[in-house]
Amino acid sequence: MNTISTPPPVGPLREVHGPSSLGGGRRRFFDLLWLMSVTEFKRAYFGTVFGYLWSLVRPLMLFGVLLFVFTQVFRIGHGLQYYPVLLLLGIVLFQFFQEATQNSVTSVAAQEGVVRKTQFPRLVIPLATVLTALFNLVLNLVVVFAFIFAWGVDPTWTWLLFPFVLAVLFVLAATVGMMLSVLYIRFRDVAIIWTVFAQMLFYATPILYPLGPEGLNKPSIEHLLMINPLAVIFEQVRVWMLEPNAPTAAEAAGGAVHLLPALAIFVAVCCFGVWTFNREAPRIAEDL
Amino acid sequence: MEGRAIDDAVASPLGARGAQGSKLDAPVAIEARGLEKAFRIPTHRVDSFKERLVKPLAAREYRELRALDGISFEIHQGEFFGIVGRNGSGKSTLLKLLASIYRADAGTIRMAGRLAPFIELGVGFNVELSARENVVLNGVMMGLTPQETRDRLDAVIEFAELGEFIDLKLKNYSSGMLVRLAFSLMMEVDADILLIDEVLAVGDAAFQQKCADAFRAMKEAGKTIVLVTHEMTTVEEYCHRAMLIDGGEIQHVGDPAEVGRRYLQLNFERGSEDAVHADPTGGSSESASVRLLDGWIERLDGSRVETIEHGEAFRLRVELEAKEDAEGLDVGFILANADGVGVFQFGLPVGEDTGQRAVAAGQRVELEVELENPLAAGRYFLHCGINRAFGGGIALYVHNAMDFLVFGGPKATGVVSVPHRARATIGDGSAS
Repeated sequence: MNTISTPPPVGPLREVHGPSSLGGGRRRFFDLLWLMSVTEFKRAYFGTVFGYLWSLVRPLMLFGVLLFVFTQVFRIGHGLQYYPVLLLLGIVLFQFFQEATQNSVTSVAAQEGVVRKTQFPRLVIPLATVLTALFNLVLNLVVVFAFIFAWGVDPTWTWLLFPFVLAVLFVLAATVGMMLSVLYIRFRDVAIIWTVFAQMLFYATPILYPLGPEGLNKPSIEHLLMINPLAVIFEQVRVWMLEPNAPTAAEAAGGAVHLLPALAIFVAVCCFGVWTFNREAPRIAEDL
Repeated sequence: MEGRAIDDAVASPLGARGAQGSKLDAPVAIEARGLEKAFRIPTHRVDSFKERLVKPLAAREYRELRALDGISFEIHQGEFFGIVGRNGSGKSTLLKLLASIYRADAGTIRMAGRLAPFIELGVGFNVELSARENVVLNGVMMGLTPQETRDRLDAVIEFAELGEFIDLKLKNYSSGMLVRLAFSLMMEVDADILLIDEVLAVGDAAFQQKCADAFRAMKEAGKTIVLVTHEMTTVEEYCHRAMLIDGGEIQHVGDPAEVGRRYLQLNFERGSEDAVHADPTGGSSESASVRLLDGWIERLDGSRVETIEHGEAFRLRVELEAKEDAEGLDVGFILANADGVGVFQFGLPVGEDTGQRAVAAGQRVELEVELENPLAAGRYFLHCGINRAFGGGIALYVHNAMDFLVFGGPKATGVVSVPHRARATIGDGSAS
């Protein structure tokens, strides 16, 4: 019964460190990340006939309603030629952040079977969620750019900075998503808390109300808003993409030095997200 | 702790070397040193921020459950290695440590080559995706590159006999199809080391046969395979060596037959211990008034077995020892299948044929029961209950006193196949 056979040659003994956020080789990590986000994206948008259309309808509907309310009822942004485009771009960008973080909250818990029964770099799960949201954003941006050209916005060299802004936004969404996904395993009310908090962030970011003399025109509030890293990002997008003459984030904050709190918050959130996820990753399978 | 663990490691494989020399000369594929793992179980689980605010200290009260307590062993390349133990012995925890699902509190694990864990068949499947997408995703999960997985896709689908359903979402698959897909994926992933947890327990007889062939093939291909199970028949049939774990410690490493013997012994000891606590009228908790010494299934020719073919009559043998004088004993058995369904019950009064019913303390009782075997293929458990005769109450009850496997027989639905005579005739109505 116990036949002797020559085992195939395999490598030397290597230490196994147990589960972690990145474990299992860099190659495998990126393969998995790419496959997971692409399949999820395909499932959401190509599985149903109107998949892609539906993904466009949501921001466009919100845009339509807000545009009506704020230009016709509250009469904001009258002095601004590009207010509708600004509103649309802001909504689409914020929707990315909201979708990425919101979906991240339950992402790890939802993959319970995989996490508890297979060897799997844990970080892939929230990152794939954020990456899927990024694919959505890219599709939505196609429509946004159509609007931008239709409104007669002239391309400037600062458009080249847009990918950089997206990268910053992606990093923020990813680290917040990492943090939320492991916190949710311990505290199930994180899901509710984050829904409310994300809503608050939406109003704490200059999306509905443009800053500056033609917009909000309340310097003290504008200074305060610039503590929010999202507000800084969105204001810079406005300057770089649509209105070169609009107040930059530094101007809105009342001097470049006043951007330091926002920068500090950004760095702190990123570090905390990475740190909590790395700390919890080895134990996720046990705590679920 | 560390020191003792390493002593164990040195001692145990050496002890086994005499029994199984062939694979121990091969290089080491898996090496574990002093593995420890404890789980903290909160006495009161706090799972919301709200509760944490109301009771800031509640989450910090833990009960510690030691699952593994200094485990060291080596598995050599090309070895088929069995890990056996009772429920809660720590064997599944050990497998999850090897599979990088849990992290050890102490100790190291070193491995040579690519590892594919199969803790449960088809666990990484997403039912919203097609078989094609799932195979690619799972293949990459198990360490292949996407290209390698795509190359093997056809082979996987073919082995699973799912050709025309390749683009069907898994939610539309039957459970049998899912198992076939998962299993063929496991075969095609072709890792150097396979970790397998009880996957043999799934599927019908035909599928079990396919699994058996596949395992034999992997064994012949010189793969290193670690199998965690409580089925001693599987261990004895396939494994070069086996390891018995109990209470988070290694009890024995070596010859599978020896491990099997110790495992059964352990089951018996524990079974009797449990029985004391289950006994409502047992009086002193020190001991039950009857002890189960041994119990087994044998063929009618007297050979002791753990598997029996459907249709082949067999004999149940039990040895008891009375620990107190009793006016008489009635022994009863419940035969239950793997789903816990009682199939039937049988019993007998001790010593009725000779008329001498009283049993004195220290006397032994031997039981023999011959049974027909209409049982469908599957695993069966025998629960043994012994009553004092004449209303004396329960003397002993052992849940799962024995278990055995029935194989073969007709592929049909049902728990038993009852012998029957059937007739079907066509009346002389119309067309002919």
